[in-house]
Parts: sequence; structure tokens; C-alpha cells
Amino acid sequence: MEHSDAELIAAVLKGDAASFEPLVARYSPRIFATARRYARRDSEVEDIVQEVWTKAYQKLSSFRGEAPFEHWLMRLAVRTCYDFLRGHQRNRETTFSELSEPESDWLDRYVNDPSSAAEDAAAARQLLDRVLSQMAPAARLIITLLEIEERPVKEIAKLTGWSVALVKVRAFRARAEMRKRLAKIAKEKYL
Amino acid sequence: MNLENLRAKLLSAARQTAPDERVPYAFEKRIMAHLVRKPAEDLFSLWGSALWKGAAACAVITALSVALSVWNFRSTTDTDDDGFETVVLAGADQMTQTW
Repeated sequence: MEHSDAELIAAVLKGDAASFEPLVARYSPRIFATARRYARRDSEVEDIVQEVWTKAYQKLSSFRGEAPFEHWLMRLAVRTCYDFLRGHQRNRETTFSELSEPESDWLDRYVNDPSSAAEDAAAARQLLDRVLSQMAPAARLIITLLEIEERPVKEIAKLTGWSVALVKVRAFRARAEMRKRLAKIAKEKYL
Repeated sequence: MNLENLRAKLLSAARQTAPDERVPYAFEKRIMAHLVRKPAEDLFSLWGSALWKGAAACAVITALSVALSVWNFRSTTDTDDDGFETVVLAGADQMTQTW
């Protein structure tokens, strides 16, 4: 028989550490998916997920059970990913010469005929990944949550711990930063 | 080049692919082993925590000493004021009695 989250959490809090294992097995796929949005290397992804579970175990007593455990865990996951981005911030800007051949070809196709450049192309995803990896941590986080995962602003505010107003301001700045980085690549390639 | 359109197209490409939910084999076992492992004793952190406790105790003692000395100073000042007043006005009291 499968135990509910509440039962497992109560057991862990009473000292039965083994009851934490089914929770790890149940929610790790979602946390891995979240971590893979922000880290590319497998070792980095695993480090993030391990960090999330370590924090969850240490802070389990602060889980009040008012919201589902998954929501509480996702807040921890998003904040851990943000910490990871801040810790691995790179100030280097992408130049046209760094683009891979498929990325460059995709951009050519887009410039010649925007409708012919497929939206589901792996090259487009790689190009976006490259642009996002050069952005400020807060900007990358907000673009991922708001534009890629299409979450509402209020939910993002809860996940990140930022106010709704701050989320809106950061979203505005993030879009501007993204346009600026794309403009830089386009300028180098076509001018 | 329409940058806003390009941005939208790239984001659309990302939306169409859900991230991989694959979990490494026996990952939960690894996490549990990591969680229940007894943490190694770190002498620096032990020393640091003892230092903070000592600093907190010192701060409390300092605050108490300051509070006590202020209170003592005030009560002493009040007594001195009364004594001074008595001495200065002693003559006046006698004059009143004479009249």
C-alpha cells in the first residue's frame, strides 16, 4: 500500500528517516526536470537535486501541510536553482563566432524567411540555451518561469519569494536583456 | 531583423520540448545514504559556534552592567539632590520658624 505524503512526512518527523525515501522516489523526476532547465551537465543537475533533497530533509519540520508537499518542494527547488545560477554566473557575452553550425544555419534560415525556420528545431533550442546562459541569474529564472513554463506572475512570486511587483519589473528587464543579446549576435553576423 | 519575432520563435521552440524527467538509477538510495551519513566533525565550526555563544553571553552581561550602573547612577543622583536641597534650605527653614 502506498502511503500519502502527509503520512510519510509525519513518520520522518517522528524519527523514521527511511520514510523519506519514497518521497525522494516520488518527486525526483519533477526536480530533475526543473534542474535541467538551469544546468546542462549531468553532474551539475545531480548536485542541484541532491541539494534540494538535503534542504527538504533538514527543513521538513517547517512544512506546515497547508499547501501540498509538492508545492513546498518546488519552491525549494526553484530557489536552489537560482542559487546555482548565481554561483555559476558568467559575465562573458556570446559572440557570433561561438555559434555552432546548426545554430548559425537556423539563424540564416530565419533571416531569409522567418516562417521557414522551424520552431521545434533543436538548433533553435540550443541557440536559446546559449543566450539564456549568458543572462543574469534573475533574468534567466524569470524568462524560464514566465515565458517557457508559462506560469502566472503570482505563482512565480510564491516560487521565488519575490513580490508580484518585483517579478513584473524583473520580467520587463529580462525581456529587454534578451533582446539586447540577440541584437548583438545579429549585428555581428549580418552587419 | 525583427528581434521580438526571433525571441518569440526561440521561446516557442523551448516550450515545445519538455525537459527530461529521467532519474539516475538508484538515485533515492544515494540521497538516503547522503542524508543519514553522520556529519564529520568540523573543528572550525565547533570553535566558531562556541565563540558566538561566548560573544552572546558577553553582550548580555555588558547590557546588564550598563543597565545596573545607569539605574544606580540615577538613584544616587536623586539622593544627592535631596541632601543638597536640605542643606541649602536649612537656614530658610529656621528663619521661617523664627518669624
